[in-house]
Parts: sequence; C-alpha cells; structure tokens
Amino acid sequence: MGTDMGTTPTGRAHQPPPSPDAGVVAWARKHLFSSPFNTLATFAGLWIAWYLASAIVDWAVLRAVFTGEDGRACSKPGTGACWPFIAHKLDLFIYGRYPESEMWRVDLMFVLTAIGLAGVTIPDLPGRRWQVVYTFLILPVVGYVLLSGGVLGLPLVETERWGGLLVTLVVAIVGIVASFPIAILLALARRSDLPVVRWTAIGFIELVRGVPLITMLFMASVMLPLFLPSGVTVDKLMRALIGVAVFSGAYLAEVIRGGLQAIPRGQYEAADALGLTYWQKMRLIVLPQALTLVIPGIVNSSIALFKDTSLVLIIGLFDLLGIVQQSIASDAKWFSPSTPMTGYVFAGAIFWAFCFGMSRYSQALERRLSKGQRR
Amino acid sequence: MARGESDAAREARPGAWRERLASLVFDPRVRGIALQAVLVVAIVAFAYEIVSNVTDNLARQQIASGFGFLERTAGFDISQRLIAYSNTMTYGRAFLVGLTNTLLVAGLGIVLATFIGFAVGIARLSSNAVISSLAAIYIEVLRNIPPLLMLFAIYFAVLKGLPDPRNSVVLPFSSYINVRGLTVPKPLMAPGFDAFAIAVLIGLGLVAALAIWSRRHRLATGRTAPVVPLAVAILLGAPAAAYAVAGMPFTFEAPTLGRFNVTGGLTLLPELVALTTGLTLYTAAFIAENVRSGIEGVPKGQTEAAAALGLSRAQAMRLVIVPQALRIIVPPLTNQYLNLTKNSSLAVAIGYPDLVSVFSGTILNQTNQAIEVILITMAVYLVLSIATSLLMNWFNARMALVER
Repeated sequence: MGTDMGTTPTGRAHQPPPSPDAGVVAWARKHLFSSPFNTLATFAGLWIAWYLASAIVDWAVLRAVFTGEDGRACSKPGTGACWPFIAHKLDLFIYGRYPESEMWRVDLMFVLTAIGLAGVTIPDLPGRRWQVVYTFLILPVVGYVLLSGGVLGLPLVETERWGGLLVTLVVAIVGIVASFPIAILLALARRSDLPVVRWTAIGFIELVRGVPLITMLFMASVMLPLFLPSGVTVDKLMRALIGVAVFSGAYLAEVIRGGLQAIPRGQYEAADALGLTYWQKMRLIVLPQALTLVIPGIVNSSIALFKDTSLVLIIGLFDLLGIVQQSIASDAKWFSPSTPMTGYVFAGAIFWAFCFGMSRYSQALERRLSKGQRR
Repeated sequence: MARGESDAAREARPGAWRERLASLVFDPRVRGIALQAVLVVAIVAFAYEIVSNVTDNLARQQIASGFGFLERTAGFDISQRLIAYSNTMTYGRAFLVGLTNTLLVAGLGIVLATFIGFAVGIARLSSNAVISSLAAIYIEVLRNIPPLLMLFAIYFAVLKGLPDPRNSVVLPFSSYINVRGLTVPKPLMAPGFDAFAIAVLIGLGLVAALAIWSRRHRLATGRTAPVVPLAVAILLGAPAAAYAVAGMPFTFEAPTLGRFNVTGGLTLLPELVALTTGLTLYTAAFIAENVRSGIEGVPKGQTEAAAALGLSRAQAMRLVIVPQALRIIVPPLTNQYLNLTKNSSLAVAIGYPDLVSVFSGTILNQTNQAIEVILITMAVYLVLSIATSLLMNWFNARMALVER
C-alpha cells in the first residue's frame, strides 16, 4: 500500500478513501450487525415489521370487502375491512345531518378556512396584517353566517344538525382561536405585580389544569344552565365550545408564560425607559417576541386540543368520532363483525393525518426558529 | 408646574388640587390598587350573580342542595368493586368505590406505561436502524390519535369481538380471554403468609442496607465491592427459603375452561382491560419521547468525560448519564402520570365504573345535584394533582443541580 502510493501519488488522490465507514454494506454492518445481539435485534425487528405490514395489508386489502349495500356483505367470518360502510356513510361522517341542499355552504367554509390557515401558517407571506384580520375577524363572522344561516336568504340550519368532521373542525378551530385571548390575558395576569390579579390567575389556571376535560365539559353542559338567569339558554354546541376554550386557554397560558419568562429583563426595562404604557410595552415589545418563541408550544397545544375535541361526544354532540360511533352502535343496517374496526380505522386515520401534519409543521418551525437563534 | 416653587406656594396656586389629582391618577401604585379593587368587586359581583341565579334555578326546578345526599341509599350496582359494596349502601360508599376504581386503573396504567415508555424511548435511541424506526413508528402513530378513539377501538372492535366464554382464547400462564373479560390465575393466601411477607421485607431491608454500605465503601475507598450477586441472592433466596419453610403460604388458583364458562381464577372486566391497555399505550408514546429527549439532553462531553475517567460503558450509563437524564425526565414524566390519571375519566365512555362514571354519571342522574357532584369530582382530581406536584417539587429540589 505504502509503496503503491509512492509510485502514483496523483492517480490515487481522486479515489475515495478505503474507508470502513462508507457504502451500504458498511452502514449495515455498523447499524444493523455490529454484534451478535444487534444482529438478533435486527432480525426480530424485521420480523415484527413484516408481521405488522402483512397484517395491515391483509386486513385492509386482501380480506377486505369493497362493494355491498349493507352489513350482510361484510358478515362472512374472517372478513377484513368493510369499505362500503365508509363509502355509504361518507356524507354523514363529514357533514353530520346537515341538509344535503345546503352542503355547499360547508364546503365553501372549508375552502375559506383553508385559505385563512394557509395565510397564517406559511411564513414570510406578504400582507400579514390583512391575513390576520381576515382569519381572526372576518372569517369567524362569515363562518357563523354561512354555517348557521337564517340571514341573507340562507335557510337556518340548527347546530343539532351539524355533525361529523364539521363539528370536529368547528370545535377545534373555534377552541384554538378563542382560547388565544384568554391565554394571553391569563399569562400576563400571572406575571403581574399586582397580588390580587396574580393570585386570581394562578388559582384559575391551576384549577382548570388540575381537572380532566370531561369534568369541564360536564360543568359546561349541566352546571352552566344553572348559572344563567332563568329563560336564558345557551346552545349545546356553544356550551361545549366555552368548556373547550376555557380548558385550552389555561394550558396555552402556561405555554405563553414560558415565552414571557424567556424575554430578557432588558427588553421590559427598555420599553419602560421609552415611556411606553403597560399595554404598549406588551403589544409592541414583549408579546411579539414571546409569542414567536413559543409557536411550537402553541402548535403542540393545538394538537392536544384537536384530539380532545373527540370528548364532546360524551355530552351528546356528534363530532367525527361521535357520529362514527353512533353509526357503528345503532345502525342495524350496517351491523357486522367487521364494521366497528373499519369505522375506527377511518376516523383514526383522519385524526392522525391532522395531528401528524401539525406536529411536522411544529418541528419544521422549531428548526427554522432555532436557525435564527443560533449564534 | 414651575420648578423651584415652594410647597406652600404650590398649595396656594389656583388649580393645584387638579394637578395633584392628575398625579394621583397616573401614579402606578394608585392605579394598581384601583385595578385590583375593581377586579375584586367584579369577582364578588360575578359570584353573587351566579349564586343568586343558582338558588333561583334550584328552587324553581325543586332540586335539593347540600351534601346530605351522600348519606342516602344508592340503590344501584357497580360491576367492579375493590371495597365491599352493595346497592343498599350509601352514595358516599359508591363514591369511594368509584374513587378506588379510578386509583386502580391509574396505578396499573402508570406502572405499565413507565415500563413500555422507557423501553420504547431507549429503543428509539438505539443505533440499530430497524429497532429505532419501529420505536419511531410506535410513537408517531399512537400519540397522534385521540385516546378516546383508541379506547373505543380496543373495547368495541377488539374485546367485544372476542368469542363467548365457551370458545375462550387460551393465553400463556393458563389465562383465558373472552368477551366477558380476561381471567388470570388468582393468588390464594394460606396460613404462614405473614411469615413469608416478613421474610420478603427483611430481604428488602438487607438489600437496601447493602446498597448504602456499598456506596459509602465506594466513596471512602474508591473501590467498588461486588455486591450485585449478593443482592440478587438475597432478593431471590429469602422469599424462596421462606416459601419453603412456611410450607407454601400462597398458591395460584388456575382458572379452568369448563363446558360453558371459565371457572375459578381472577376475572378482569373487559372495561378494565380496555381502559388500562388504551391509556398505557397512549401515555407510553409520550413517556418514550420524554425519555429520549432526557437522554439526548445530557451533553456528549459527559459520556466522553466518563470514558476518560476509565468508567465502563455500563458504569458511565448508570453513574453519569442516567442520573443526569432523570433530572430532565422526571418533571415531564410526572405530568404524564397526571395526564394518565385525568384521562382515566374517559372510562365513562366505555362504562368502566370509575369516579366520573359512577359519581358524575349515575349519581348525578339519580340525584340531579349537579353542582355538588361536579364540585366534589373536580376537587378529587385537584387534590390528586396538587399532591403529585408537591411530590414532584420535593423530588426536583432534591435532584436539582447544585450550582456554585
């Protein structure tokens, strides 16, 4: 080797080093077969992966039923997924019992919301101010008018008829948007110098965070009507929204407080030195920095909220999971041993896609932000 | 206000009171007190409004108030009870049954989720690409699905789809699972059990003393005594010897599959199995992430320093990496335990008789006393939360980095 290099020094320079660390085989040797135990683990892992993958394909494709008009098609023992159940119920799962002639309103709302969310979530788009105004001021009003109707010639659709993915998205999005101002106020109050304000916030946040969401929803559904003067009633969906927004607000407040604490003291003092009032200081100096810092935390708490929306079925609303569960449990036409799993897998896939998408978004943002912070 | 004016001159000037008032209005201390006073008044007014509305509504709907209902006869059965209960007992007793059921499922879930979570978290960090990918898939799939959906899938699609008792599925350790639940061997106590228990306790005490001595010995001499085999011998030997000497103080009653049913053994309700499995798998995904970030959070220099000191890899892990990783892992881990406990309230959706299901479900429907019932339920969870966070703060204070 040494003599070789001496004779043709330049000819060899372009060859890759004879490294044991390069190439597929070397990678496999290092990462999969570095020791007898490791080799065993590799084969065990591959076996598990193969077992899972084949079981899934077997259930979802090979043994699945793709056509049929009712549950009898799927009643044969050993049947996999019962896909016609999903196909026949798809409208119900997306819109609930929303009247068929009015479904375009829901579709339009989905599109408008997607535009708003895209505007807010994609970084570095121009016209940020208008996007925020559109998403947080115009969209809620338009959405309410569009979905409920009763004005502008749109027929009224009561919230009892809403269901499926529509309710899931309404609860999740309204919950996130409404919990935001609650959270900011609570976070600022918890950091306040005024003892009464601070202790009120601490008490409220810890109380809400200490109890399960179900008890908050029970409270909103059975206690709230008792709190109101007689004659005043609140829509069931509205009550759930209040419960969810308050619950999520307390968790989000702690996320935002983390951001507030991370802002160096000098920023607060500099704002004071400039003669800004408390609200100017918060609005112009502190909150913009603090909120940017905790965007990943905000997305994480949105993911938690999105999953939590499924709990509204316990107080009798039919969100995506609620309506799938109802179709499984009480629709005799589609009764078969393979219907339940099919329904749950379908609903699970939708929930998973939303949550996984959000968590990927949060990770990408985190990388982006940490790039800016790196020195 | 002109400079150099004497106080007397300022007092005498017309309109001075207005200036003083203005400076009062802009005084942050005065403003703070005023704001707090307003807040207190608002809270009191709000509370008054609610209380008067509630009294009104209760009177109109003729709902009783107060906690007297806890003394009344419940009149309903509960499918799983850890303490003696029958439907002639009081609502208060039913509350305790629900509470113990909640604690049971939370305890089981916490233990199992910790084991699975640590295993998956460590697997996630494995240098073996297949193992770490499998762990990643587990985490990414399970933590992005609502726990309630998992409970439904396990309970309605899997457990309710199991065969009837006659065709029970046979599991290892002579256990059976069927649509009525999971039946496992049941430990039976015999005379002499006390002696056995005492022997086990003495064994544990000896091992603890050995651990303390070995630590002192290591700190004093810098040498590690080979205590591990001795500890294992004591841990296994003491109970085994006691078991033999006391004449088999407990045995397992294995269930048997009869013609129509599984008899004997200990049957766990399908609701309990579903709830424990669902909560465990869901929480384990989060614990795995905490474990991973905890171990990754220990700087690489620590591993290298341990190697430079001549510690073996196992020693470096046990003495350097894990203690520091635990400091990062424990606070979020406690949060996961709390989340699991709170999520156990999802029991109400599949009919497991936990606190929320028994108390905020059945008892609320029977008595209509929404306010008392919900307040008591919330108070229970609050006490659990506060107790856990106090414990965590204590642990944190003990573990905290002592900075100089």
